Amino acid sequence: MAQIIVVTSGKGGVGKTTSSAAIATGLALKGHKTVVIDFDIGLRNLDLIMGCERRVVYDFVNVINGEANLNQALIKDKRCDKLFVLPASQTRDKDALTKEGVGKVLEDLSKDFDYILCDSPAGIETGAMMALYFADTAIVTTNPEVSSVRDSDRILGMLQSRSRRAEQSLEPVKEFLLLTRYAPNRVKTGEMLSVEDVKEILAIPLLGVIPESQSVLKASNSGVPVIVDQQSDAGQAYSDAVARLLGDEVPLRFVNEEKKGILKRIFGS
Amino acid sequence: MHKAVLELKGSSFTLSVLHLNADNIDVLLQELDKKLAQAPQFFQNAPLVLNLAAVNEKTLDLAQLKQALIARKLFVVGVTGVQGILAATAQELGLPVIKSGKEQFSKPAAKAPTRTTKIVKQTVRSGQQVYAKDADLVVFGAVSNGAEVIADGSIHIHGTLRGKAMAGAQGDNNAIIIANTLSAELVSIAGNYWLSDSIQAHSNGSGACVRLDGESLIIESLPT
Repeated sequence: MAQIIVVTSGKGGVGKTTSSAAIATGLALKGHKTVVIDFDIGLRNLDLIMGCERRVVYDFVNVINGEANLNQALIKDKRCDKLFVLPASQTRDKDALTKEGVGKVLEDLSKDFDYILCDSPAGIETGAMMALYFADTAIVTTNPEVSSVRDSDRILGMLQSRSRRAEQSLEPVKEFLLLTRYAPNRVKTGEMLSVEDVKEILAIPLLGVIPESQSVLKASNSGVPVIVDQQSDAGQAYSDAVARLLGDEVPLRFVNEEKKGILKRIFGS
Repeated sequence: MHKAVLELKGSSFTLSVLHLNADNIDVLLQELDKKLAQAPQFFQNAPLVLNLAAVNEKTLDLAQLKQALIARKLFVVGVTGVQGILAATAQELGLPVIKSGKEQFSKPAAKAPTRTTKIVKQTVRSGQQVYAKDADLVVFGAVSNGAEVIADGSIHIHGTLRGKAMAGAQGDNNAIIIANTLSAELVSIAGNYWLSDSIQAHSNGSGACVRLDGESLIIESLPT
Protein backbone atom coordinates (compact mmCIF):
# COMPACT_ATOMS: atom_id res chain seq x y z
CA MET A 1 0.00 0.00 0.00
CA ALA A 2 1.26 3.42 -0.93
CA GLN A 3 1.45 6.27 1.50
CA ILE A 4 -0.75 9.16 0.36
CA ILE A 5 0.77 12.56 1.06
CA VAL A 6 -1.07 15.82 0.43
CA VAL A 7 0.85 19.04 -0.07
CA THR A 8 -1.55 21.77 0.98
CA SER A 9 -1.66 25.29 2.42
CA GLY A 10 -4.99 27.05 2.08
CA LYS A 11 -3.31 30.16 0.74
CA GLY A 12 -2.15 30.40 -2.85
CA GLY A 13 1.35 31.16 -4.08
CA VAL A 14 3.19 29.81 -1.05
CA GLY A 15 5.00 27.04 -2.95
CA LYS A 16 2.75 23.98 -2.93
CA THR A 17 3.51 22.95 -6.50
CA THR A 18 7.23 23.72 -6.19
CA SER A 19 7.34 21.65 -2.99
CA SER A 20 5.27 18.80 -4.49
CA ALA A 21 7.62 18.57 -7.46
CA ALA A 22 10.75 18.75 -5.28
CA ILE A 23 9.60 16.26 -2.66
CA ALA A 24 8.24 13.78 -5.23
CA THR A 25 11.54 13.94 -7.11
CA GLY A 26 13.47 13.59 -3.85
CA LEU A 27 11.53 10.47 -2.86
CA ALA A 28 12.01 8.96 -6.31
CA LEU A 29 15.75 9.73 -6.28
CA LYS A 30 15.94 7.81 -3.00
CA GLY A 31 14.56 4.79 -4.84
CA HIS A 32 10.88 4.96 -3.90
CA LYS A 33 8.38 4.58 -6.72
CA THR A 34 6.48 7.85 -6.58
CA VAL A 35 3.61 9.49 -8.45
CA VAL A 36 2.69 13.15 -8.10
CA ILE A 37 -0.88 14.17 -8.96
CA ASP A 38 -1.94 17.70 -9.90
CA PHE A 39 -5.32 18.37 -8.21
CA ASP A 40 -5.46 21.94 -9.51
CA ILE A 41 -8.01 21.16 -12.22
CA GLY A 42 -8.35 24.09 -14.61
CA LEU A 43 -5.11 25.75 -13.48
CA ARG A 44 -2.61 23.08 -14.42
CA ASN A 45 0.93 24.01 -13.35
CA LEU A 46 2.69 20.93 -12.04
CA ASP A 47 3.52 19.68 -15.55
CA LEU A 48 5.40 22.95 -16.20
CA ILE A 49 7.41 22.74 -12.98
CA MET A 50 8.20 19.09 -13.77
CA GLY A 51 9.10 19.97 -17.35
CA CYS A 52 6.71 17.50 -18.96
CA GLU A 53 4.06 19.88 -20.36
CA ARG A 54 4.70 18.82 -23.94
CA ARG A 55 3.98 15.19 -23.15
CA VAL A 56 0.48 15.63 -21.63
CA VAL A 57 -2.05 13.66 -23.66
CA TYR A 58 -4.55 12.34 -21.15
CA ASP A 59 -5.13 13.75 -17.69
CA PHE A 60 -6.52 13.01 -14.23
CA VAL A 61 -10.12 13.87 -15.20
CA ASN A 62 -9.93 11.60 -18.26
CA VAL A 63 -8.96 8.75 -15.96
CA ILE A 64 -11.74 9.52 -13.47
CA ASN A 65 -14.29 9.59 -16.30
CA GLY A 66 -12.97 6.35 -17.77
CA GLU A 67 -11.88 8.04 -21.02
CA ALA A 68 -8.32 6.82 -20.55
CA ASN A 69 -6.57 4.32 -18.34
CA LEU A 70 -3.86 5.17 -15.83
CA ASN A 71 -1.02 3.89 -18.00
CA GLN A 72 -2.06 6.25 -20.78
CA ALA A 73 -2.25 9.26 -18.48
CA LEU A 74 0.83 8.72 -16.30
CA ILE A 75 3.91 10.55 -17.60
CA LYS A 76 7.27 9.04 -16.76
CA ASP A 77 9.83 11.59 -15.63
CA LYS A 78 12.75 11.93 -18.02
CA ARG A 79 15.34 12.24 -15.23
CA CYS A 80 14.21 9.52 -12.86
CA ASP A 81 12.51 6.28 -13.87
CA LYS A 82 10.84 5.85 -10.47
CA LEU A 83 8.91 9.11 -10.83
CA PHE A 84 5.58 9.63 -12.59
CA VAL A 85 3.29 12.63 -13.06
CA LEU A 86 -0.50 12.57 -13.35
CA PRO A 87 -1.37 15.96 -14.81
CA ALA A 88 -4.54 17.98 -14.19
CA SER A 89 -7.04 18.85 -16.88
CA GLN A 90 -6.77 22.43 -18.07
CA THR A 91 -10.17 22.57 -19.74
CA ARG A 92 -12.34 21.44 -16.82
CA ASP A 93 -13.06 22.73 -13.33
CA LYS A 94 -12.83 21.34 -9.82
CA ASP A 95 -16.35 19.87 -9.93
CA ALA A 96 -15.00 17.17 -12.25
CA LEU A 97 -13.46 15.61 -9.13
CA THR A 98 -15.73 13.24 -7.22
CA LYS A 99 -14.89 11.40 -4.04
CA GLU A 100 -15.63 8.05 -5.69
CA GLY A 101 -13.58 8.87 -8.81
CA VAL A 102 -10.57 10.17 -6.90
CA GLY A 103 -10.78 7.28 -4.44
CA LYS A 104 -10.76 4.73 -7.28
CA VAL A 105 -7.72 6.31 -8.98
CA LEU A 106 -5.78 6.49 -5.68
CA GLU A 107 -6.67 2.88 -4.92
CA ASP A 108 -5.38 1.74 -8.32
CA LEU A 109 -2.18 3.77 -7.92
CA SER A 110 -1.67 2.37 -4.41
CA LYS A 111 -1.05 -1.08 -5.84
CA ASP A 112 1.93 0.08 -7.89
CA PHE A 113 3.51 2.95 -6.00
CA ASP A 114 5.25 3.56 -2.66
CA TYR A 115 4.29 7.22 -2.42
CA ILE A 116 1.40 9.21 -3.91
CA LEU A 117 1.82 12.97 -3.64
CA CYS A 118 -1.30 15.08 -4.07
CA ASP A 119 -0.55 18.65 -5.11
CA SER A 120 -3.53 20.54 -3.70
CA PRO A 121 -5.00 23.69 -5.23
CA ALA A 122 -5.33 26.79 -3.04
CA GLY A 123 -8.53 27.43 -1.14
CA ILE A 124 -10.79 25.24 0.93
CA GLU A 125 -13.28 24.26 -1.79
CA THR A 126 -13.88 20.99 -3.65
CA GLY A 127 -10.42 20.70 -5.23
CA ALA A 128 -8.53 21.19 -1.98
CA MET A 129 -10.94 18.95 -0.05
CA MET A 130 -10.54 16.15 -2.62
CA ALA A 131 -6.75 16.46 -2.44
CA LEU A 132 -6.66 16.13 1.35
CA TYR A 133 -9.57 13.71 1.87
CA PHE A 134 -7.62 10.47 1.32
CA ALA A 135 -4.32 11.64 2.84
CA ASP A 136 -2.30 9.64 5.36
CA THR A 137 0.20 12.47 5.74
CA ALA A 138 -0.15 16.19 5.16
CA ILE A 139 2.65 18.60 4.37
CA VAL A 140 1.34 22.05 5.23
CA THR A 141 3.29 24.56 3.18
CA THR A 142 3.47 27.91 4.93
CA ASN A 143 5.22 31.23 4.30
CA PRO A 144 6.47 33.09 7.35
CA GLU A 145 3.74 35.72 7.29
CA VAL A 146 0.48 36.04 9.22
CA SER A 147 -2.08 35.42 6.45
CA SER A 148 -0.36 32.24 5.29
CA VAL A 149 -0.10 31.00 8.88
CA ARG A 150 -3.78 31.61 9.51
CA ASP A 151 -4.80 29.80 6.30
CA SER A 152 -2.56 26.88 7.22
CA ASP A 153 -4.24 26.76 10.59
CA ARG A 154 -7.61 26.60 8.83
CA ILE A 155 -6.43 23.73 6.63
CA LEU A 156 -5.16 21.87 9.71
CA GLY A 157 -8.67 22.19 11.14
CA MET A 158 -10.06 20.72 7.90
CA LEU A 159 -7.61 17.81 8.08
CA GLN A 160 -8.82 17.10 11.59
CA SER A 161 -12.50 17.23 10.72
CA ARG A 162 -13.06 16.60 7.01
CA SER A 163 -10.49 14.00 5.98
CA ARG A 164 -11.31 10.32 5.48
CA ARG A 165 -9.30 9.44 8.56
CA ALA A 166 -11.31 11.90 10.65
CA GLU A 167 -14.66 10.79 9.22
CA GLN A 168 -13.92 7.13 9.81
CA SER A 169 -12.31 7.78 13.23
CA LEU A 170 -9.01 6.24 12.12
CA GLU A 171 -5.60 7.31 13.33
CA PRO A 172 -5.43 11.04 12.49
CA VAL A 173 -3.57 12.39 9.46
CA LYS A 174 0.14 12.98 10.23
CA GLU A 175 0.75 16.70 9.90
CA PHE A 176 4.05 18.36 9.04
CA LEU A 177 5.00 21.98 8.64
CA LEU A 178 7.10 23.01 5.66
CA LEU A 179 8.18 26.61 5.98
CA THR A 180 9.00 28.05 2.56
CA ARG A 181 10.45 31.33 1.27
CA TYR A 182 12.25 31.86 4.57
CA ALA A 183 14.59 34.84 4.70
CA PRO A 184 16.66 34.84 7.93
CA ASN A 185 17.84 38.42 7.45
CA ARG A 186 14.23 39.66 7.26
CA VAL A 187 13.32 37.63 10.35
CA LYS A 188 16.15 39.39 12.16
CA THR A 189 14.75 42.81 11.26
CA GLY A 190 11.27 41.73 12.38
CA GLU A 191 9.70 41.84 8.91
CA MET A 192 9.07 38.13 8.87
CA LEU A 193 7.83 35.59 11.44
CA SER A 194 10.54 33.31 12.77
CA VAL A 195 10.53 29.50 12.61
CA GLU A 196 9.73 29.47 16.34
CA ASP A 197 6.78 31.88 15.92
CA VAL A 198 5.18 29.74 13.23
CA LYS A 199 5.87 26.49 15.09
CA GLU A 200 4.30 27.91 18.22
CA ILE A 201 1.13 29.02 16.43
CA LEU A 202 0.59 25.91 14.31
CA ALA A 203 1.88 23.43 16.91
CA ILE A 204 2.87 20.68 14.44
CA PRO A 205 6.27 19.05 13.79
CA LEU A 206 8.61 20.86 11.41
CA LEU A 207 9.53 18.99 8.24
CA GLY A 208 11.84 21.62 6.87
CA VAL A 209 12.67 25.24 6.24
CA ILE A 210 13.23 26.21 2.61
CA PRO A 211 15.13 29.48 2.23
CA GLU A 212 13.96 32.16 -0.17
CA SER A 213 16.17 31.55 -3.16
CA GLN A 214 16.80 32.74 -6.70
CA SER A 215 17.29 29.13 -7.69
CA VAL A 216 13.57 28.29 -7.17
CA LEU A 217 12.33 30.67 -9.87
CA LYS A 218 15.13 29.62 -12.20
CA ALA A 219 14.25 25.96 -11.67
CA SER A 220 10.52 26.54 -12.19
CA ASN A 221 11.03 28.41 -15.42
CA SER A 222 13.29 25.72 -16.81
CA GLY A 223 11.00 22.88 -15.74
CA VAL A 224 13.49 21.22 -13.43
CA PRO A 225 12.44 20.50 -9.83
CA VAL A 226 14.70 22.62 -7.61
CA ILE A 227 15.82 19.58 -5.59
CA VAL A 228 17.81 18.43 -8.63
CA ASP A 229 19.98 21.55 -8.25
CA GLN A 230 22.07 20.36 -5.31
CA GLN A 231 24.30 23.44 -5.61
CA SER A 232 21.39 25.61 -4.42
CA ASP A 233 20.42 26.16 -0.78
CA ALA A 234 16.74 25.51 -1.58
CA GLY A 235 17.59 22.23 -3.29
CA GLN A 236 19.63 21.09 -0.29
CA ALA A 237 16.88 22.17 2.10
CA TYR A 238 14.34 20.08 0.16
CA SER A 239 16.70 17.09 0.33
CA ASP A 240 16.81 17.51 4.11
CA ALA A 241 12.99 17.67 4.23
CA VAL A 242 12.70 14.46 2.20
CA ALA A 243 15.16 12.74 4.55
CA ARG A 244 13.06 13.82 7.54
CA LEU A 245 9.90 12.61 5.80
CA LEU A 246 11.57 9.20 5.52
CA GLY A 247 12.33 9.26 9.25
CA ASP A 248 15.95 10.47 9.34
CA GLU A 249 17.07 13.07 11.83
CA VAL A 250 18.74 15.90 10.00
CA PRO A 251 19.77 19.21 11.62
CA LEU A 252 18.05 22.36 10.37
CA ARG A 253 20.03 24.49 7.92
CA PHE A 254 19.55 27.93 6.39
CA VAL A 255 17.57 29.30 9.37
CA ASN A 256 20.21 31.75 10.51
CA GLU A 257 21.53 34.71 8.64
CA GLU A 258 24.49 33.78 6.52
CA LYS A 259 27.67 35.18 7.92
CA LYS A 260 29.98 35.46 5.01
CA GLY A 261 33.02 33.26 5.27
CA ILE A 262 32.31 30.99 8.21
CA LEU A 263 29.15 29.28 6.97
CA LYS A 264 30.45 29.18 3.45
CA ARG A 265 33.40 27.15 4.59
CA ILE A 266 31.15 24.72 6.46
CA PHE A 267 28.58 24.17 3.73
CA GLY A 268 30.81 24.81 0.82
CA SER A 269 28.30 26.80 -1.22
CA MET B 1 -56.53 -1.74 8.63
CA HIS B 2 -59.36 -1.25 11.09
CA LYS B 3 -59.99 2.41 11.70
CA ALA B 4 -60.82 3.48 15.24
CA VAL B 5 -64.28 4.91 15.81
CA LEU B 6 -62.83 7.64 17.93
CA GLU B 7 -59.53 9.37 17.99
CA LEU B 8 -58.34 12.02 20.41
CA LYS B 9 -55.77 14.37 18.97
CA GLY B 10 -54.44 17.75 19.99
CA SER B 11 -54.74 20.63 17.53
CA SER B 12 -54.35 24.33 17.86
CA PHE B 13 -56.79 26.87 16.46
CA THR B 14 -56.67 30.58 16.12
CA LEU B 15 -59.63 32.14 17.92
CA SER B 16 -60.67 35.74 18.38
CA VAL B 17 -60.58 36.78 22.02
CA LEU B 18 -62.94 39.50 23.21
CA HIS B 19 -61.34 41.42 26.07
CA LEU B 20 -63.92 42.98 28.37
CA ASN B 21 -62.75 46.02 30.25
CA ALA B 22 -66.10 47.09 31.79
CA ASP B 23 -68.88 45.42 33.83
CA ASN B 24 -71.88 47.23 32.44
CA ILE B 25 -73.41 45.05 29.72
CA ASP B 26 -75.18 47.94 28.02
CA VAL B 27 -71.93 49.85 27.65
CA LEU B 28 -70.18 46.73 26.41
CA LEU B 29 -72.83 45.90 23.83
CA GLN B 30 -72.94 49.44 22.54
CA GLU B 31 -69.21 49.34 21.93
CA LEU B 32 -69.42 45.86 20.41
CA ASP B 33 -72.12 46.90 17.95
CA LYS B 34 -69.87 49.69 16.72
CA LYS B 35 -67.06 47.19 16.10
CA LEU B 36 -69.37 44.72 14.36
CA ALA B 37 -70.70 47.43 12.07
CA GLN B 38 -67.18 47.98 10.74
CA ALA B 39 -66.90 44.39 9.46
CA PRO B 40 -70.22 42.55 9.76
CA GLN B 41 -69.22 39.65 7.49
CA PHE B 42 -66.02 38.96 9.34
CA PHE B 43 -67.68 38.41 12.68
CA GLN B 44 -70.71 36.47 11.47
CA ASN B 45 -70.88 33.03 13.16
CA ALA B 46 -67.39 33.61 14.45
CA PRO B 47 -66.23 31.49 17.43
CA LEU B 48 -65.22 33.76 20.25
CA VAL B 49 -63.40 33.44 23.56
CA LEU B 50 -64.21 35.96 26.31
CA ASN B 51 -61.34 37.28 28.38
CA LEU B 52 -62.83 38.30 31.69
CA ALA B 53 -59.64 39.06 33.57
CA ALA B 54 -60.50 42.74 33.92
CA VAL B 55 -64.14 42.54 34.97
CA ASN B 56 -65.65 42.43 38.45
CA GLU B 57 -66.80 38.87 38.88
CA LYS B 58 -69.66 39.81 41.22
CA THR B 59 -71.40 42.36 39.05
CA LEU B 60 -71.09 40.83 35.58
CA ASP B 61 -74.12 38.83 34.40
CA LEU B 62 -72.46 36.26 32.19
CA ALA B 63 -75.73 34.54 31.17
CA GLN B 64 -77.18 37.79 29.85
CA LEU B 65 -73.95 38.57 28.03
CA LYS B 66 -73.93 35.16 26.38
CA GLN B 67 -77.51 35.59 25.15
CA ALA B 68 -76.74 39.03 23.79
CA LEU B 69 -73.75 37.69 21.86
CA ILE B 70 -75.71 34.77 20.41
CA ALA B 71 -78.33 37.25 19.27
CA ARG B 72 -75.54 38.96 17.31
CA LYS B 73 -74.53 35.61 15.73
CA LEU B 74 -71.33 35.36 17.76
CA PHE B 75 -70.63 31.94 19.27
CA VAL B 76 -68.96 32.02 22.62
CA VAL B 77 -66.88 28.84 22.82
CA GLY B 78 -65.17 29.52 26.14
CA VAL B 79 -63.94 31.99 28.68
CA THR B 80 -60.47 32.76 29.88
CA GLY B 81 -58.86 34.75 32.67
CA VAL B 82 -61.55 33.79 35.19
CA GLN B 83 -61.45 32.52 38.74
CA GLY B 84 -63.87 31.68 41.58
CA ILE B 85 -67.57 32.37 41.11
CA LEU B 86 -67.32 33.45 37.50
CA ALA B 87 -65.55 30.19 36.57
CA ALA B 88 -68.38 28.22 38.16
CA THR B 89 -71.02 30.34 36.42
CA ALA B 90 -69.29 29.81 33.08
CA GLN B 91 -69.31 26.05 33.55
CA GLU B 92 -73.02 26.10 34.44
CA LEU B 93 -73.65 27.95 31.17
CA GLY B 94 -71.75 25.25 29.30
CA LEU B 95 -68.71 27.48 28.64
CA PRO B 96 -65.37 25.78 29.25
CA VAL B 97 -62.62 27.72 31.00
CA ILE B 98 -59.67 27.87 28.64
CA LYS B 99 -56.12 28.71 29.56
CA SER B 100 -54.17 30.51 26.89
CA GLY B 101 -50.88 29.00 25.73
CA LYS B 102 -48.82 31.73 27.33
CA GLU B 103 -50.32 31.18 30.77
CA GLN B 104 -49.65 27.47 30.60
CA PHE B 105 -46.06 27.64 29.52
CA SER B 106 -44.97 30.44 31.78
CA LYS B 107 -46.08 28.70 34.94
CA PRO B 108 -43.55 25.92 35.50
CA ALA B 109 -40.46 27.64 36.93
CA ALA B 110 -37.50 27.30 34.58
CA LYS B 111 -35.32 24.63 36.14
CA ALA B 112 -31.62 25.45 36.15
CA PRO B 113 -29.92 22.96 33.80
CA THR B 114 -27.25 20.81 35.41
CA ARG B 115 -23.82 21.91 34.27
CA THR B 116 -21.22 19.46 32.99
CA THR B 117 -17.72 19.86 31.56
CA LYS B 118 -16.64 19.50 27.97
CA ILE B 119 -12.99 18.72 27.29
CA VAL B 120 -11.26 19.37 23.96
CA LYS B 121 -7.84 17.72 23.75
CA GLN B 122 -6.41 19.51 20.75
CA THR B 123 -5.77 22.95 19.39
CA VAL B 124 -8.93 24.66 18.17
CA ARG B 125 -7.94 25.81 14.68
CA SER B 126 -8.91 28.89 12.69
CA GLY B 127 -12.46 28.53 11.38
CA GLN B 128 -13.44 25.94 13.96
CA GLN B 129 -16.10 26.61 16.55
CA VAL B 130 -16.61 24.72 19.79
CA TYR B 131 -19.77 25.21 21.85
CA ALA B 132 -20.12 23.68 25.30
CA LYS B 133 -23.88 23.69 25.86
CA ASP B 134 -24.88 23.79 29.53
CA ALA B 135 -21.25 23.07 30.31
CA ASP B 136 -17.86 24.46 31.20
CA LEU B 137 -15.24 24.13 28.48
CA VAL B 138 -11.67 22.98 29.00
CA VAL B 139 -9.21 23.11 26.09
CA PHE B 140 -5.87 21.30 26.25
CA GLY B 141 -4.20 23.25 23.50
CA ALA B 142 -4.37 26.68 21.94
CA VAL B 143 -7.29 28.53 20.41
CA SER B 144 -6.03 29.97 17.12
CA ASN B 145 -6.78 33.30 15.50
CA GLY B 146 -10.13 32.99 13.77
CA ALA B 147 -11.35 30.18 16.04
CA GLU B 148 -14.23 30.52 18.49
CA VAL B 149 -14.83 28.78 21.80
CA ILE B 150 -18.21 29.30 23.44
CA ALA B 151 -19.57 27.89 26.69
CA ASP B 152 -22.68 28.39 28.77
CA GLY B 153 -20.34 28.06 31.77
CA SER B 154 -16.68 28.99 32.18
CA ILE B 155 -13.81 28.46 29.73
CA HIS B 156 -10.34 27.21 30.68
CA ILE B 157 -7.65 27.23 28.02
CA HIS B 158 -4.41 25.41 28.82
CA GLY B 159 -2.58 27.07 25.98
CA THR B 160 -2.66 30.40 24.21
CA LEU B 161 -5.99 32.09 23.52
CA ARG B 162 -5.59 33.93 20.22
CA GLY B 163 -9.16 33.64 18.93
CA LYS B 164 -12.51 34.48 20.49
CA ALA B 165 -13.81 33.14 23.78
CA MET B 166 -17.37 33.66 24.97
CA ALA B 167 -18.29 32.38 28.42
CA GLY B 168 -21.70 32.54 30.06
CA ALA B 169 -23.31 32.41 26.62
CA GLN B 170 -26.78 32.11 28.16
CA GLY B 171 -26.25 34.98 30.54
CA ASP B 172 -24.36 33.50 33.49
CA ASN B 173 -22.60 36.50 35.07
CA ASN B 174 -20.43 34.24 37.21
CA ALA B 175 -18.74 32.58 34.26
CA ILE B 176 -15.01 33.22 33.84
CA ILE B 177 -12.36 32.74 31.16
CA ILE B 178 -8.89 31.51 32.08
CA ALA B 179 -6.04 31.21 29.58
CA ASN B 180 -2.38 30.33 30.04
CA THR B 181 -1.55 33.13 27.65
CA LEU B 182 -4.10 35.77 26.80
CA SER B 183 -3.79 37.38 23.38
CA ALA B 184 -7.41 37.07 22.33
CA GLU B 185 -9.32 38.71 19.49
CA LEU B 186 -12.33 38.95 21.77
CA VAL B 187 -13.40 37.87 25.24
CA SER B 188 -17.01 38.00 26.35
CA ILE B 189 -18.80 37.14 29.56
CA ALA B 190 -22.59 37.01 29.50
CA GLY B 191 -22.58 39.31 26.46
CA ASN B 192 -20.16 41.90 27.90
CA TYR B 193 -17.21 41.85 25.57
CA TRP B 194 -13.81 43.39 24.96
CA LEU B 195 -11.89 43.42 21.70
CA SER B 196 -8.14 42.86 21.49
CA ASP B 197 -7.27 46.55 21.99
CA SER B 198 -9.04 46.72 25.34
CA ILE B 199 -7.68 43.33 26.32
CA GLN B 200 -4.11 44.43 25.61
CA ALA B 201 -4.63 47.59 27.64
CA HIS B 202 -5.65 45.54 30.67
CA SER B 203 -3.33 42.57 30.43
CA ASN B 204 0.36 41.90 30.02
CA GLY B 205 -0.20 38.94 27.73
CA SER B 206 0.63 36.34 30.35
CA GLY B 207 -1.77 33.94 32.05
CA ALA B 208 -4.98 35.69 32.97
CA CYS B 209 -8.48 35.33 34.32
CA VAL B 210 -11.29 37.35 32.79
CA ARG B 211 -14.42 37.85 34.84
CA LEU B 212 -17.34 40.17 35.27
CA ASP B 213 -17.25 42.73 38.09
CA GLY B 214 -20.67 44.33 38.15
CA GLU B 215 -21.23 45.64 34.63
CA SER B 216 -17.63 45.68 33.55
CA LEU B 217 -15.04 43.06 32.66
CA ILE B 218 -11.82 42.81 34.61
CA ILE B 219 -8.66 40.91 33.76
CA GLU B 220 -6.43 39.59 36.53
CA SER B 221 -3.01 38.06 36.03
CA LEU B 222 -2.65 34.50 37.20
CA PRO B 223 -0.04 33.81 39.90
CA THR B 224 3.00 32.24 38.26
